[in-house]
Amino acid sequence: MNALSPSTTKSFPGAIRMAAVAFAVTIVLAGASLLPEANPLHVSAFVVSLAGKYLAYAILALSVDLVWGFAGILTLGHAAFFALGGYAMGMYLMREIGTRGVYGNPDLPDFMIFLSWKSLPWYWWGTDHFAWAMLLVLIVPGILAGVFGWLAFRSRVSGVYLSIITQALTYALMLAFFQNGLGFGGNNGLTDFKDILGADLHSPLTRAVLLVMTGTVLAGCLVLSRWLVSGRFGYLLVAVRDAESRTRFLGYRPEQAKLLIWVFSAMVAGIGGALYVTQVGIINPGEFAPANSIESVIWVAVGGRGTLSGSVLGAVLVNCGKTLFTAWLPEFWLYGLGLLFLVTTLFLPQGLMGLRYHLATKRPEEVTPEVSNPEGEEA
Amino acid sequence: MCRFSRFLWAGAVCLLLAFSGMQVAVADEFSGLESGQFNTIANTVSALVASGNSQAGAVIDALGKRHLFYSPAGGVFIRSGSTYVDARTGQFVQNTPADLKPVRMNNYVRQVLASANAELELLSPQDAVRLKAATQMYAQHNPVMLPAINHALALEKNSRVRLKLEQASAAIVLAQPMKTGDEASRLAAVKALGSAADLEARGVLSAVAMSDHETAEVRKAAADTVSSIDLKQRLWSILQNAFYGLSYGSVLLLAATGLAITFGVMGVINMAHGELMMIGAYTTWMVQQGIRATVLWLEPVSLLVAIPVAFCVCGLLGILIERGLIRFLYGRPLETLLATWGLSLILQQAIRSIFGPTNIAVVTPAWLSGSWMLGSVDITLNRLAIFVFAFLVLAALMLIMRKTSLGLEMRAVTQNRRMAALMGIRTPRVDALAFGLGAGLAGLAGVAVSQIDNVSPNLGQSYIIDSFMVVVFGGVGNLWGTLAAAMTLGMGGKILEPTIGAVSAKISILVLVILYIQRHPRGMFPVRGRGVES
Repeated sequence: MNALSPSTTKSFPGAIRMAAVAFAVTIVLAGASLLPEANPLHVSAFVVSLAGKYLAYAILALSVDLVWGFAGILTLGHAAFFALGGYAMGMYLMREIGTRGVYGNPDLPDFMIFLSWKSLPWYWWGTDHFAWAMLLVLIVPGILAGVFGWLAFRSRVSGVYLSIITQALTYALMLAFFQNGLGFGGNNGLTDFKDILGADLHSPLTRAVLLVMTGTVLAGCLVLSRWLVSGRFGYLLVAVRDAESRTRFLGYRPEQAKLLIWVFSAMVAGIGGALYVTQVGIINPGEFAPANSIESVIWVAVGGRGTLSGSVLGAVLVNCGKTLFTAWLPEFWLYGLGLLFLVTTLFLPQGLMGLRYHLATKRPEEVTPEVSNPEGEEA
Repeated sequence: MCRFSRFLWAGAVCLLLAFSGMQVAVADEFSGLESGQFNTIANTVSALVASGNSQAGAVIDALGKRHLFYSPAGGVFIRSGSTYVDARTGQFVQNTPADLKPVRMNNYVRQVLASANAELELLSPQDAVRLKAATQMYAQHNPVMLPAINHALALEKNSRVRLKLEQASAAIVLAQPMKTGDEASRLAAVKALGSAADLEARGVLSAVAMSDHETAEVRKAAADTVSSIDLKQRLWSILQNAFYGLSYGSVLLLAATGLAITFGVMGVINMAHGELMMIGAYTTWMVQQGIRATVLWLEPVSLLVAIPVAFCVCGLLGILIERGLIRFLYGRPLETLLATWGLSLILQQAIRSIFGPTNIAVVTPAWLSGSWMLGSVDITLNRLAIFVFAFLVLAALMLIMRKTSLGLEMRAVTQNRRMAALMGIRTPRVDALAFGLGAGLAGLAGVAVSQIDNVSPNLGQSYIIDSFMVVVFGGVGNLWGTLAAAMTLGMGGKILEPTIGAVSAKISILVLVILYIQRHPRGMFPVRGRGVES
């Protein structure tokens, strides 16, 4: 039995509406944060960066949903792509510090001087240019996902096996990034950022702009994803998810469809990571921890897998819960998270969105998808 | 030679004494102690040791403890408690002279005394004592001891002690600066020291190889020996790491068999398996604490008591989990994975709430704390025991799978669930028992882990990824595959460690397994047959 019927790809109104909501919320929050502090509608810098963090996580959730919800690939390592994007952005921000570091060296980041490195490693080349760094945000996760996915899908590693090796992948990356010798700051990661494109990262205006940027990117990703998973390609993905062998016997190439969505999703996750780093101000190897990836899966599960807007909703709700819990009852957050996993999988297999459909129609399986071109075929 | 003949002579006198039981005055050997001269006292001590007199040990011991007294009127006495013993005869003395004075000491005497003590140990009738003394002298390579060592070497029969003495003598010879004409003896010493092949020998030899005062031939011989020692050391360290890898592999084996059973029979990947291991380790601790508080005489075997207890606790917990959670999620392996992950978070936090977040101290019983040296490999008993334990468990499991009806039913369900159900096997019961068995095995792994690793609420997390890799690498539902994979991963990682570092070793193993799975998506020993789902 599959968790979702293809009907849930009918997220057109949902995804677009969610994009609009995300965009509007960021505009409002950003505007409010720029009001004078005395104004009762003023929003503090803490809330702005918190909102930015949630939305960056929502981008990650969206990317997980693309592969899990639509292609049936349960990834337990997507935080790896998120973190790689974050590191690419971190490298740029690190170079922006320039001579304002503790050691005042214009060429080398502080941690390299601390480890008595003489010159930048080759892979830091060009990271002082914003455009190159942004390219890295996209291509580093993309290339890793491409190589990994090409190997995995070509040899038909699937299901639980795939989940476990994605977990091993992020675990291996975490171990690697913890090493000082890799040139990414070891344990401490990259931090102490000062500004981005010449704008002070700590000023309210920059923060407001970054928040709006995050909201815009999230909205853009939602629309793009929506476009990608609807129509022929989307139906092919769902077909692969629900009956891979059958799809293959019909003459399609499931591994190509999977690879495409997998690489796209990794790039989206990378963008999320880059936006995350600008607003949180640090990136360290802990972001690669397998637990982070699994947590991002539960955001999607809570929201409703296979519904793009649901993943955004899930990410924001669960992270709000986490913030509140860890502030009030730090002891109980793990209980709460654990219960969330249990309750969602046992009672809400389609998440909150499924619940909504259920309440709206009582018989979700009979909702027919809006099919524009059901006879989509490939050679 | 002179000393040697004196020794024989004195030995003969002793024999005579022993047989006749008569008190013969051998005044000359002890009389030096009655002197006020430090030199005389020191010489007497040396002579006494060389003589092999049966009282020599007692006298030297007493002198060291300042229990040796003399009377100006003649006579040497050892104080023991409030009474005195005649040093010459060892007989109890009734009327102690009133004017006893302690035998005089200064640094020179003390130095002679120290080497005399060592020399005495070198002549001890016990092999172990002699070996220990020789080893000590080898480590110190103090030139003062050379005559004593050569003397002992002339008498030594035991080959192990002889070897150690030869090495000690060689180390002393080489540590001294070279004199003209002793090239042959130095070459021999280099050869003798090469047989030791430890860091001590390497240190002495590399100094010789660097020295400007040696002849070219000696230098070359020393340099060659140093490099051969380095090679040997590297081989030994590989063996040592292989042994560590073996014990780590055994823990992985214990952890992975449980996972393999639940995945093989039910298609369930149990992410809470690591937490069941952790509960096994905490059960071990509770059993130890309980036994300590109540039946003290059971304490040495508390670990053995913990084995069945941990199995039962985790097994019952497993059945509970299966009935309460897993059975609602059959056919949805990815959802079970998430649900059991949630369960693992709850179990972790529960343990943290009950026992606190810090490590607890599980005691290793005395009979598991020792170690054997096998060459230069340190075989610690606790690791050896884990290895043996893992194989016993594997053997027991094989018996269960092959010889019991439960095993038969489990294999039937693994191969074709629907067919098995149609044949009258109660698959829900098999599922519950299989999950219980898998969880019980996790408990056993927990008992084993408690002996070599920190026991804390994070214990499960550190093993779960490796255990999964074992299951995936070995092929699901095949115990032989699990065995091969556990040992390959455990030993592979540890053997790579010294060359490329611990973290890189771990990363390369993970990457190699990932690459391997690309070629063989069902692991090393895939289950074949019609029932296998695609």
